[in-house]
Amino acid sequence: MYNWTNLALETARLRGATYTDVRVMHQRQRDLTTKNGKVGTLAQSESIGLGIRVLAGGAWGFASTDRLTREGVESCAIQAVAIAKASASAKRNDVVMADEQPYVDSWQSPFRKDPFEIPLETQLALLLDADAEMRRVKGVTLTETDMQFRKSDSWFASSIGSRIHQRKVTSGCGIVATSFKGEEIQKRSYPNSFGGQHALLGYELIESLDLVKNAAIIAEEAVALHSAAQCPEKKGTLLLGGSQLGLQIHESVGHPIELDRVLGEEANFAGTSFLTLDQVNHLKYASDIVNVVADARLEHGPGLGTFAYDDEGVPAQCTKIIEDGQFRGYLSNRETARLIGLDRSSGTMRTEGWNRLPIIRMTNVSLLPGNWNLDDLIESTDEGILMETNRSWSIDDRRYQFQFSTEIGWEIKGGKKVRMLKNPSYSGITTEFWNSCDAICNADHWTLWGTPNCGKGQPMQTMGTGHGASPSRFRNIHIGAAFSEQAAGK
Amino acid sequence: MSASSRKRATRTSSPSPIQLSSERDLRKIIDTTLRLSKSLGVEETEVHVDEVADALTRFANNGIHQNVAEHGLTVAIRTVFEGRTARATTNRVEEDSLRATIEGALSLAASQPKNPLLLPMPGRQEYRRVNRFIKSTAAITPDDRAQAVRRACDLALQHGQVAAGIFSTGQAQTAIGNSRGLLAVYRDTHAEFSITMQEKSSASWAKSNSADVRNFDTQKLAARASEKARLAVAPKELPAGRYTVILEPSAVLDLVGFLFYDFAATALQDKRSCLNERMGKQLFGKNISIYDDAYHPLQLGAPFDGEGLPRQKVHLVDRGVPRNLVYSRNSAKVAKKSPTGHGFMLPNEYGEAPLNLVFDGGNSSLDEMISSTDRGLLVTRLWYIREVDPYEKIMTGMTRDGLFLVEKGKVASAVRNFRFNQSLLEMLRNVELLGPAVRATGEEAFEMVVPAMKVRDFHFSEVTKF
Repeated sequence: MYNWTNLALETARLRGATYTDVRVMHQRQRDLTTKNGKVGTLAQSESIGLGIRVLAGGAWGFASTDRLTREGVESCAIQAVAIAKASASAKRNDVVMADEQPYVDSWQSPFRKDPFEIPLETQLALLLDADAEMRRVKGVTLTETDMQFRKSDSWFASSIGSRIHQRKVTSGCGIVATSFKGEEIQKRSYPNSFGGQHALLGYELIESLDLVKNAAIIAEEAVALHSAAQCPEKKGTLLLGGSQLGLQIHESVGHPIELDRVLGEEANFAGTSFLTLDQVNHLKYASDIVNVVADARLEHGPGLGTFAYDDEGVPAQCTKIIEDGQFRGYLSNRETARLIGLDRSSGTMRTEGWNRLPIIRMTNVSLLPGNWNLDDLIESTDEGILMETNRSWSIDDRRYQFQFSTEIGWEIKGGKKVRMLKNPSYSGITTEFWNSCDAICNADHWTLWGTPNCGKGQPMQTMGTGHGASPSRFRNIHIGAAFSEQAAGK
Repeated sequence: MSASSRKRATRTSSPSPIQLSSERDLRKIIDTTLRLSKSLGVEETEVHVDEVADALTRFANNGIHQNVAEHGLTVAIRTVFEGRTARATTNRVEEDSLRATIEGALSLAASQPKNPLLLPMPGRQEYRRVNRFIKSTAAITPDDRAQAVRRACDLALQHGQVAAGIFSTGQAQTAIGNSRGLLAVYRDTHAEFSITMQEKSSASWAKSNSADVRNFDTQKLAARASEKARLAVAPKELPAGRYTVILEPSAVLDLVGFLFYDFAATALQDKRSCLNERMGKQLFGKNISIYDDAYHPLQLGAPFDGEGLPRQKVHLVDRGVPRNLVYSRNSAKVAKKSPTGHGFMLPNEYGEAPLNLVFDGGNSSLDEMISSTDRGLLVTRLWYIREVDPYEKIMTGMTRDGLFLVEKGKVASAVRNFRFNQSLLEMLRNVELLGPAVRATGEEAFEMVVPAMKVRDFHFSEVTKF
């Protein structure tokens, strides 16, 4: 593959590029779903192509092609340079990047069982077994299951001399039971909603999740939610399960720390950020017990944001985002790092595929574990609501005001879970919310959740991100606004 | 010419637009695949060939910061073998790759139980012709886009504002062929300009989208966003609560776009549609009528569905009463109805959906809606809309880039952005005035033909800090 990257680098240089990086990517994907006991989607895909990013005239150009021929690669490089020169006619300033070393390396994400080598019959049988378990429960009106596997190879080369090959394997699966009764649709998902759990692992992830055992549990809960009490609207104590807290981190920490947003580059689409440059080391983002990192290194765990090098050839790093409640840093690339005076990119440029420009993306943005045992946390809560498994999420375009709803809630009274609540939701202002955190569970309860569907960029790119979290407690939170009678128009 | 030696692009050293493959080349890929498939003993085969050549110029802080182009072609092959089906996709069109992809689809199909509901593939169909490939759009170059962006940024600089946005143009084509003789081919062009103008800590926005780049004026869009950004400065905070709202077409689109899948017959069969138990009832106001019409002059998209069936115009809601659904061949068989040509590519678990929604409009201009409002809010755009409740269709989201207080028939001031939690069913019962239906574009839903709406008692639950 480096023959093609070399040809692209040389062609771009001859056409006037002052910097070039090239990615040849080969991506394979397998998707399996079932619905109501029958196979739904059964598909696999394979795509190979090359993307070239160049600086010419002080501005960026990017072109991609799936024609891996001499003519195809040369004309793609020529096109990228021509686009950069067009950009230069409407540039604001010349692009300058923070320094980086060249690397020559090859890396493969560790996994025990290649999911593409596991017989399809085995994978489908597991999904159909879980599907059958859910359908055994009276009152369940729709059952869905899914599995998804990806294997991607990328060969990165840049004009500063880097040559990096990376192979990544990810796996994911989830199951959902839905119940329609009267005037309500209720559902429960396992191990998470919107596709389940995903990680930089092989088939061993699927085997570790015990889908069949949990199928019956969520099916019973989906039906029971119809008889549960409505979550009240009030100000009160909120306990969040780990997967919901993972999404809370994603939306109210992960996105606002993206430096392209902060610098206005996403103003038209994804939005900007309340974390203006003057906030670093000054803003009390959260309470003293809150520590958040953006960590792409393997030692953080096999997350969807784990890699050895980003798609700009910068090694994976751990960046402190919130330290003892204090805001410390951003997600950057070589260009934005230089713009704000940092010595080096934090290594967060990622691309969905060969035909997309790398952009700043979350890696694994995680809340570090605290000291609490979950049972102790509940026991120490006199009155509160525990909310689990996301149902909806929304946040404003500067990442201040958010609202989440979850699939299920549990009322806590006198240190005990006393009853199920349906339609739970909570809302707030990001910094007020994080400053109200008074308890975080310990490493025994910590999971590196995978969010496989983060959308950003134009053209849109979907990226997987990781979010480590353990159940935590927040005080004086606005609970229940989403499902008020006002909202339903009753 | 063999499929492997096709010429997919003619390029020179100048930034001229990429040319799509000829229809003949697409047919050759399909014919080659069907021939290979037959030689492997496959009972039935369906081939989708999709090609895209897109370019997008992105600007922020009054200059271009990203500028990209892509060109790619994929071949998706569905095979049927002994009552089982599966799909495999590749972007390599050499015979060896196509053969391996067919074998991959066969292997996937063989791994599953027999599907008693699997229908034989449809045969040859007749299609209504639509012309949505506009040469002037296909001819746009990076320099053309850069020039338009430069003018927009110059306007921002003149007004002390900061511009951000996109200008994209592209071409796409799709061809479907199957072993029963079906052949469907479609190509179109698309162009889009979106601009946010920021002034102090406020902003406003304008966007347009069309098959024909001549249908919008980038400079007029920039001027509109600029003017509204100035009005949006120094927003005042109002209490949350129920307000009369005037929703511009983009805001209407991004809300009502969440209804589209509810009209899928499969969604009702799965009991996840808000229309379960509600068909034939007065669900919306009598001023709400909705169609799916792929042939509407403001619509884009192929006149056939994922199986190659011709799309039919379907009257979904008649004066507030949901009357009809859309059907794939499979859901039609289950419901003992006729398919309407709205199925997705098989195999899938979602069935079908209307993708060319058209709302009946009215005669009220935006100015008339404002002048008839004693106290209300003018909403430019909505953001991050998500479904809170699937049956009452409660949606949450934020206002963005231009929320204005209307008092005594006039725009009085800018207002800080609100979060809403609002049932769509209730909203479409509370529509007081409708504007003419236009091709609207937003960020949450695909483009539709919808009017601006004046709606009473819209529920804002919380306010944000800007």
